[in-house]
This record gives sequence, structure tokens and C-alpha cells, in this order.
Amino acid sequence: MQQVFCEFLRVFRAFLDAGRRDKDMSIGNKVIGLVLGLLLTGGQAQALTLDEMAALSAGDSDARIDTLHKQVVKADPALLGFLQALENDQVKLVNGKPVLLDDSGAAHDPLTNKPVTLPDDAEDVVNNNRMRGALDAAIASLQLRSADVAVRKAAVEVLRDAELDPAELDMISKAETRETNADIKDMLERIRSRLELSSPDSAVRIRAAQKLGESDRAEIKQLLADHLADGAEKDPQVISAVKVAMLNIENRIARYEVYGTLFSGISLGSVLLLAALGLAITYGLMGVINMAHGEMMMLGAYSTYLVQHAFQVWWPSMLGAYVIVAIPFAFAVTMLIGMALERLVIRHLYGRTLETLLATWGVSLILMQLVRSIFGAQNVLVENPSWLSGGLALSSTLVLPYNRIAIIVFAVLVLLLVWLLLVRTRLGLFVRAVTQNRRMASCVGVNTARVDMLAFGMGSGIAGLAGVALSQVGNVGPDLGTHYIVDSFMVVVLGGVGQLMGTVYSSLGLGMLNKLLEGYTGAVLAKIIVLALIIVVIQKRPQGLFALKGRSIDG
Amino acid sequence: MNSRRTFIKSMTAIAAGVAMMGSGLTAFAKDLPPIKVGILHSLSGTMAISETALKDMALMTIDDINKHGGVMGRKLEPVVVDPASNWPLFAEKARELLAKDKVAVVFGCWTSVSRKSVLPVFKELNGLLFYPVQYEGEELEKNVFYTGAAPNQQAIPAVQYLMSKDGGSAKRFVLLGTDYVYPRTTNKILRAFLHSKGVSDADIMEEYTPFGYSDYQTIIAKIKKFASEGKKTAVISTINGDSNVPFYKELGNQGIKATDVPVVAFSVGEEELRGVDTKPLVGHLAAWNYFMSLKNPTNDAWKKQWAAYAKAHNLPGASKPLTNDPMEATYIGINMWKQAVEKAGTTDVDKVIAAMAGQTFKAPDGFTVEMDPKNHHLHKPVFIGEVKADGQFNVVWKTPAPIKAQPWSPYIPGNDKKKDEPDTK
Amino acid sequence: MAETQVLTQPWRQPLLLRLLQGGSGKAYGVALLLVCVVVPVLNLLVPSGSVFHLSNYMVMLVGKILCYAMLALAMDLIWGYTGILSLGHGVFFALGGYAFGMYLMRQIGHDGVYHSDLPDFMVFLNWQDYPWYWKGTGSFLYALFLAVAAPGLLALVFGWFAFRSRIKGVYFSIITQAMTFAFMLLFFRNETGFGGNNGFTDFKRVLGIAITTPEMRMALFVLTGLTLLAMLAMAQYIVKSKFGRVLTAIRDAESRVMFSGYNPLHYKLAIWTLSAVMCGIAGALYVPQVGIINPGEMSPANSIEIAIWTAIGGRGTLLGPLLGAGIVNGAKSWFTQSFPEYWLYFLGLLFVLVTLYLPNGVLGLIRKAKGAKS
Repeated sequence: MQQVFCEFLRVFRAFLDAGRRDKDMSIGNKVIGLVLGLLLTGGQAQALTLDEMAALSAGDSDARIDTLHKQVVKADPALLGFLQALENDQVKLVNGKPVLLDDSGAAHDPLTNKPVTLPDDAEDVVNNNRMRGALDAAIASLQLRSADVAVRKAAVEVLRDAELDPAELDMISKAETRETNADIKDMLERIRSRLELSSPDSAVRIRAAQKLGESDRAEIKQLLADHLADGAEKDPQVISAVKVAMLNIENRIARYEVYGTLFSGISLGSVLLLAALGLAITYGLMGVINMAHGEMMMLGAYSTYLVQHAFQVWWPSMLGAYVIVAIPFAFAVTMLIGMALERLVIRHLYGRTLETLLATWGVSLILMQLVRSIFGAQNVLVENPSWLSGGLALSSTLVLPYNRIAIIVFAVLVLLLVWLLLVRTRLGLFVRAVTQNRRMASCVGVNTARVDMLAFGMGSGIAGLAGVALSQVGNVGPDLGTHYIVDSFMVVVLGGVGQLMGTVYSSLGLGMLNKLLEGYTGAVLAKIIVLALIIVVIQKRPQGLFALKGRSIDG
Repeated sequence: MNSRRTFIKSMTAIAAGVAMMGSGLTAFAKDLPPIKVGILHSLSGTMAISETALKDMALMTIDDINKHGGVMGRKLEPVVVDPASNWPLFAEKARELLAKDKVAVVFGCWTSVSRKSVLPVFKELNGLLFYPVQYEGEELEKNVFYTGAAPNQQAIPAVQYLMSKDGGSAKRFVLLGTDYVYPRTTNKILRAFLHSKGVSDADIMEEYTPFGYSDYQTIIAKIKKFASEGKKTAVISTINGDSNVPFYKELGNQGIKATDVPVVAFSVGEEELRGVDTKPLVGHLAAWNYFMSLKNPTNDAWKKQWAAYAKAHNLPGASKPLTNDPMEATYIGINMWKQAVEKAGTTDVDKVIAAMAGQTFKAPDGFTVEMDPKNHHLHKPVFIGEVKADGQFNVVWKTPAPIKAQPWSPYIPGNDKKKDEPDTK
Repeated sequence: MAETQVLTQPWRQPLLLRLLQGGSGKAYGVALLLVCVVVPVLNLLVPSGSVFHLSNYMVMLVGKILCYAMLALAMDLIWGYTGILSLGHGVFFALGGYAFGMYLMRQIGHDGVYHSDLPDFMVFLNWQDYPWYWKGTGSFLYALFLAVAAPGLLALVFGWFAFRSRIKGVYFSIITQAMTFAFMLLFFRNETGFGGNNGFTDFKRVLGIAITTPEMRMALFVLTGLTLLAMLAMAQYIVKSKFGRVLTAIRDAESRVMFSGYNPLHYKLAIWTLSAVMCGIAGALYVPQVGIINPGEMSPANSIEIAIWTAIGGRGTLLGPLLGAGIVNGAKSWFTQSFPEYWLYFLGLLFVLVTLYLPNGVLGLIRKAKGAKS
């Protein structure tokens, strides 16, 4: 028995292993073109010598950065490619001489572009954060000359964050006059203003302060404050201009902070909603205390992992689409498991509400251990596809991550789906009928057994969908479910059992409240206060916030 | 007893073992019973994510020792139990291993609370525990050997690096951790250390989250705000276990780049990054006494051995076998214990403890690490690594030689009176 | 509600009751003898080489399980007999444990790591003095009082509000779960003053006697055994009394009880508080034996487990919960040693199968077998 199980594991893991090797290959994809460009230009412009490359690649950070500054001023066309290779860890040192790698890992001579063999003792070029920051800034200032608007824009964004030397004012001004794109021009002007704040001309300083006042960045406020702090600024007009600018920035920051809290509250609320929706069906409508609900989410997340893996093995070029495919897949997997669970276990326990708690608790232990046996106790890697990575930057402080936006949208869609299913379909009608009066429904010909199975499957499937969403923000491991099960029950019970809208309100309310409190009290106390409030609210409304009105005394 | 006879016996056994090895065979003297060795790591529950790898590493090391003739010609027999991330169960299992199975030594524990839970049992039954994880210090017990780092072997060098020019000359610090004793102590030590370097309280932000916390939106917004309000800011993270994945995911998506606000972590290694997309995290740092990416022959051989073992035993994750700092500490611990037993000629706990002093071992970190003659901690080198896009670390700074552990941090008042060796009662 | 009718059928009367009705306290006598004579003799007097020797490990394991049995019994009174499922009994258990743990911490005296008047974790937090709620915990009697009073008071206040609002069924279960979860988070905080995540460990003495001496161990064990027997007797008395009958009536049809002129509030509150106090006592006995108390005891999962022990053994019976606590925890101790990789499968399967096929628990099965014979 055990052997059979082990054999199954072996086969299964063999599947998991397939194609992993390909994974690391994709890393440097973006730089293909750039390196290629370097290799082409490298032959013609011989300005960048091997020694200079070596000086950029090895030695003390101070010396390297010094060399870098000198080279950037020369604006050598070959430099950009080399710096990008450096940035991407595609330069190795052989006896102190730099060697370039292309994406396949093959080594080339940086000057002649001839393939060379890479000896085993080739050293890596190590860039620490400081070096990388300097490289970024250098690459950005070189890219200001690029013909591509997008490249220039990205470069300006890097420069905005970089520490700039007053000597670079000239370069920025030139780029600004050259610039045709209004947005980029505006950003360059702001960067210029930063440098011009120390101009000897007070009119220039006032104009710079006014321009900086349009910013929403606390760093700029700090810069302005520093300008006043040392007492060197004597001109009252400049001082008042700086003060107005600071006030403007402050207001803007405060406003974005409120938006930020709102967003994180809604985001947490949407996660809670997704986690609780399935439970609202299995528990709220069917009365099954499904302690394995969390494990259904976990299985949904692992299904996502499997789909991602399948894409990596078979369709690596379409990897970004894996989440879309994972949604129906996870739904199907968890729905089937849910239906099987209903058939094998829950079916025998209807009317014994509290006993479903015990049996499903056992099921949850088994499912968790099963996942541990198959996938290991460690977390598995579920990556955000590229279109869900990063975020929408509303201001320098407020970035709305795409994955969280997607989850909010997803939660609304799932809610809509559930609502339609319950209200507009025959199955939904039957589910509601069975919920309200099982015997009567059975009498008028509803196949209650089938309805139960489908409804439980649906609840589990929705839990699986929640798992897909959670895999995008959190970790995917065997205990994923245990972190959400208590919260899910709180949401459903607070909203009122059997009330879909109650679940919606309570999840959003709890998410919002939690995030509002967290700003003041810290995460631990916020959670405690929320729990205490749930207890108090239930005291006032023993059937939840949105109770079904009924006449039965023992309801 | 008759130590001479045991000595002769063991010598002949070793000789026999060596002879056997020569002929490519392994055999153990028939009349000698195996030595039982306890492995006390959670295989289920919340800590299984970290601890299962240590169990497997311990089994590999024992397997390896057995292949090479065992200890004093006796085979090592591992006794694996599952304390299930449940702290009272840790104490119960420790007692079971020591009293019922009569193991000669126990390798185990990860969290401080699990160590604290089993400590009284080890003291009472005079057992021997090898603890392989970096921890907060403030402890020195006769029955324990600490093969992980004390704060001065991990946290303080990391902060020094952040304050250096290459580390970004950080002036403001966010101390972010999970609310339990290791982060609390580490942050207390760090705060005192930062004070001594002239950093004022206004430039330090301390923040804790509960266990299993997963929604880092608010905290990251706070960090951003704090970072933008003054000079160069760095984050020192002692976030534990599972919470790291949501933390790093949020960090990446909110666009905090290592060049702006570097995050240095003390509990994040290769294994923890397995579940994270590391591309947005390039440049964030970790401080450890070992990195998988270290280049030296010992490490290469060890990694190869582990990969082969993982494959042969069909371990989960065998396709991408990872080694990390606590695994190295486990490996060193078991091998040092073996050497000490051979030196003592017995598995008797007191004699082995005496023989442990000054043991050396050529470790995968590239150095020959030494067990301190007195304070039960290893002298370990410190490495600071930056996350690479493939989930490995680029070593950007390292100590020239292993440094001695200070279990009693000088930055905690009152510790100057502490003796640097266990109390003998 | 078909099941409850089954439970009250005459042939389902508790085994012990029948024994007593048979005209003897034999069962109690045997149990007393086991706890007070047989175990101590086998452990302390029989040499350790002998087959009959009972190791310290076994004594401590059994002692721990006896504490769990008290929890299961307390759960049975409130759930099995009164029909109120609490998913927060862990909090009462832990509060009792913490109350007595405070005393144990003060008994460490200057033997801690920092050799201070205060427990190590307070030194570490730079506290200069005990916080107010630690006042007086140096006294053994006060600590015992606290171990009873703290969970009792919490239960009284919580229960009063909850039962007054007529919170029932699953709503009650869920808010008890919220309560234990909130307390767990509270105790995890270091500033709360109970040692944070580490809780209390490294106890040295009780009443000045070293906790590691075999005699002290045995004394704790005997005390635990006697307490459990006393609780059992009390529970038996309650269940047989008129009070107990009203409880069962509340379980089966609360509104009818109300219409008959009883106020269920008082009955529910009384048994709820008593159940919490029993848990507190169990906690106080548990802590010195296992040597650690920490907030993990308040995790919702632990409280659910208590309910599971009760269900496995057999709800609405007196011996069932004891049996359940023994079977589940015994199995756990054995499985985690013998099948460290697979034990959760067994445990999970056990829960599922018992719920499916043994609605009246293991005791129900035994009864059925006996009933079939006679």
C-alpha cells in the first residue's frame, strides 16, 4: 500500500520536475537585443577599451563609480550595452579580463565578439546596491538620447529617484530642450528644478520652488525643508515660495494616504469576500460547518501551481495566460473534490450540523498531509504573471499593485456569478428551495440529494477560485487554508447565515475596519479589536447583521 | 569504566572500518549495538515548511557517516519523531527520545520557544541537544551546542554593512519583525547598537506583526512614508517563516527597489525564497553564515551529495535541491558530534561535551569552523548576500575569518557580568 | 432531532451509573487504587529494569492525558448534556495554566538566566516591577484561587452577555472561537506581560520542592488523578440531579423549557461557568507536568480538538469523553513516534470514520456490542 503510494509520488514528482530546467533560462530574455546591439557597435567604436571595461567591472566600488562617471560624460555608444550587460550579471572576469555572456550563457570576447571558452575559475562581477544604483543612473542618462519615447520615459523615472550631482544640470537641461514629449519634458523640468534650488539667482530659485510644489513626493518636501533649515536662504520671497510648495506637497501626500488606506481596506475586504463566499454557500445555505473549506482554497492554489507548471513545460511562450486557465481548472478540481466529499462524508451527516464540523476537520487534516506528501512541506512558487506584477503608480507613495486590483475585480465577478447562479438558474432555485424547506422541496419533486451535491460542489469550487486569487498575493503551502478558515467563519456569521449580501457587507466592513485600525494601533491590536467588535455585534444581533426574518422560535 | 579497553576496542573498530572502506564495503562490528540518534524536527504544522529540510539533511549526514564506517565502528540509527509544531509536544517527544529510546544525542528544534520548551528536559535527563538555527542569544546551557549564529554573528555585521558606503550609508532604520522573542531581542540589541553609532530614536521605526500575518499593504505604505521623510533608509527584517512570501510579493509589487530602500533579512534564505518570484527583489539582502552560492570545493561536494541524496530518496523539491544556512549548521553539528564521540571514545554526554570544546570541521562555508572551547557556540564567518534573479545570493561582503559568538550581547545592559561559559552546578 | 432521543434511551445510561446502581462504588474504588497505589508503586518502588516498572515518561504522558480528560469532561457537560458547543474552551484551560504558571515563574526565584527578582522575560522588556495583575501570585493559594477565578469570571461575564442575548447554536460557537483567537493574539504580544510567544517555561519548584524529583512528579500525578475522579463524581451527581435534567431538557427543546416556567439563562450560565472552572483547574495541573504554557494553547484548533475528543468518546455520557481524550492523545503520541510522516492520515481518518459510523462515539459502540449480546 505504502509502496503504491510512493510509486505514485515518484511518477507525480517526475512530472513536476520536467521542464524546471527551462525556467531559469528566461531570465535574461529582455537583454537579448541590447547585448546584440553592443556586439554590433562594439566592433566599430573602439573608444571603450578592455582596460576601461575591466576598471568598470572590478575593484573597489569608489574607483568603479569614479570610472563610470568619467565614461558617462564621454557618451560612448558602446558604453550603454556594456553597462547593461554589467547590470544583468552577464560579464565575467577571466584573469581580470572581462568576458561577455549572451543569453544562452555562451561567452564572447567583448571587443572582437569571437566566441571564447569560459574557464571554470571565471569570476562573477559582483555589483552591490550602490554600484547598481550608479549603473542605473548612468544607463538612464545615456538613454535620455534614445529615440524611443518609452525608453526615455523609463530613464527619466530612474533619474527622478537617483542622487544627482549639480554637475549634471547641464546634461539635464540639454535633454530637456531636446525633448519633444510633453510628459517627459515636464519631468525633466522637475529634475532640473531640484538642481536649480541652489542657483545663485533668486528668481530661478522661486521658479524652481513653484515647480517642485507640483510634486507629490515626500523626498521633495524634505529637500525643500532642508533648503530652509540651514538658514542660508535669506530672500523672503523664496522662503514663502518654498513654504507654499511644501504645504502643497503635504496636502497631496495626505490625500493619497487616505486613498491608500481605502484601497488596502477594499483589497483586504475582497480577499475576505472571496474566502468567505464559498462558505456562505456550504455553511450559510446548506448548514454544513465545513472545516475543510480552507483546504479547498489551498487546493485551488495548488491547482494554480500545477497549471503554471504545465505552461512552463508545454507552452512557455504563453506563460502569462496561466492564471486565466487556472481559474476554470481550479474551479473544476475543487468542485469535483467537493462533490466527492459530499457523496462520501457529508451526505451521511445532514441534520447533524455540528458533526459535520468534526468529520470535515478530519478531512482537512488528511488533505493537508496529502499535499505535504505530494508537493513537500515547503511552499511552492507561484509567480505573478508579468501583467499582474508591479502596480499602478497614482503617486510616488501610492502604488496600487495590479494583483490586488485584479483580485478586487475578480471578487466582484465571482460574486456576480454566484448571485446569478442562485437567482437566475434552476439549480439556484432548487438550492434556495431546499434551504428553506427541505421536505417540501423534496415533495414537489426536487432531487434534494443531487442539489446538495451540486451546491456543495459549487461552494467548494468557489473556495478553489479564492485559492487562485490567494496564490497571487500570499504563499502557497499546505497550511494556506488554516490562516483563512477562522476569518471566513467570522465573516459569514457576522453577515448573517444564509444571507449573501450580509457576507458582502461584513467582509468589506471587516477589511476596512481592520485597515483603518491598523494605521493607529498596529496589526496585532487591530485584529484583537476587530474580534472583540465581532463578539459585541453578535450580542446585539444574535443572528448576524442581516438576519433572515422568520417565525420559528427555535430557528 | 574500563576506558582503556573501550579505547582499544574502538580503535580496532575504526581500523576495521577503515579497512572495510578500502575494499569498498561497509560493515559494522557485529557485537556492537547501533548508536541511536534523535531527530526532533516538526514534520507537520506551521513549522514543517522550514524544519523538514533539516530532518532530511540530518538523515543524509547520518547516512553518510554510516557509509564511512559509522562512529567507533558502530552504526548510527536515527530516531525520527514529529513534534508537529506543538511546543508541549516538543517537550514530550524530547523526553521520549531521551528516556525511552535512550538516544545519545538529539539534533533538532527551530523556533526559540521549542528550544525553551525542551531545555528543562535536557537538563533534567542530562541529554545533549544540537540546535542548528540562528537565534537571539541570551542563553548558554551546558546541554546544548548552538551551531547557528548568535546576534553578533549575523545581525550586527549586517547593520554595519548597511551603514558603510557600499551598503548605501543608511541613516534611518525600520526594524520590522514578527512579534516573538527572536525579533524582539535582535531589535533590542540593534537599537542599542544604533544608539552607540549615533542614530537617534527618531530615525528608528520598530514594527511588529502577528504570526501568519499576510497583508502587508499598510506596513509597506508606512515604510515608504518613513523612508521618504529623511535620509537613506534601510529595512531590517526579522519576519518569520510564512509571512515572508506575502511581504516580499507586496514589496515587489509596490515598487520598493533595493537601490532605494534595501531590506536586509535574517530569516530569509534560499529555501524561503523558493516560493517567491525574486526578479523584483534583486538587490535586497540577507545575512547568513552560509550561502548556497559560495564557491569552494567543500561546498561543491556537499551540494552534490545533497542533490544526489534528495534524488535518491525522492524528496519533494529534489528537482531544485537547495542548501541553506540551518542545513549547513545541522551538517556541521552532526559531524562535530561524531568527532567528539570518537575523541571521547564514548557517547557519554559529559565526556562528549568536554570533547566538543575546540573541535574543528572543514565546513561548506569555505572555512574551518571551530567550536569555542568554552561557550558552546561555533566561530562562524559572516556573509552578506544580495538576492539574485534566480533566487540565489551574490555575496557582497564577508568577514575575513570566522568570528566568535557572543551569546550575551554586550548591547544588553547587565550582560557584562555574564560568564562566557555555561553555569556548572 | 433523532440522535438526542437515542442518547436518552434507558440502556444508554452511563456505564458508571449502572455500576453504581449495581450497588457499589467499585469502579471508583478501582480507579482510586490505580491512581494512588498501583501507579506510584510501579513508578517509584519497582526497579527500572523490571518489566512492571512504569517509566517517568509514561507517568507524565498519562498525567497529561488525564488533564485532557478533564477538558473533555468539561466539554461534555456543556455540549453533550446542555447542547452548547464551545469552540473556545482552550482559553479557559490556558488561563488556568497561566494563573498557576505565574506562581511557578515566581518560584524560580533568582535561578533564572538573569538572576533577577523578576522573571527573565520581564527583565528583558526592561520592566522594573511586576505589573498589577501579577500582584500576589507568589502565594500558592492565591495562584490556585486565580486558576479558578480567572476562567470562571471570564466565562461568567461572557456567558451572561451571550446567553442573555439568546445567542445560540453555531453563532455561539463562532463567537467563542473569536474569543479564544483574540486572547491568543493578546497573549502573543510581549507587552501583555505573559512572556509572549515563549510563554512560561523552565519551572524549578512547587512549594519550594524541586519539580524534577520523582516524588513531586508522582504527587502531581496523584493529584491529577484524584481531581479527575472528583470531577467525574461531581459530573455524575449533576447529571442525575434535577438541575441536570433541566440541562438535558434545554438541549432537546429550549423553548419548551422556557414555557414550563424555567429561565434557561441561569441554568446555562451555571453549567457554562462550571465547565470553564473545570478547564482552569485542568490547566493548572497541566502546566507543572508538561513544563510549558504558551499562547498556542488558545489557538482555535486546540479548542476544536477538545470537542473532537468528546465526540470520539461519546457525547452525553460521562465516561465517553475520558475515553475519547485517552484514545486520541494516546494515538497521537504513538503515531508521531511510529509513523511521523503518515500520522495525520490516521488521525484524520479516525475523525471521519468515528463521526460517520459511530455517532455515539466509541462508548456507543461498546454499548451496542453489549446490548446486542444481552
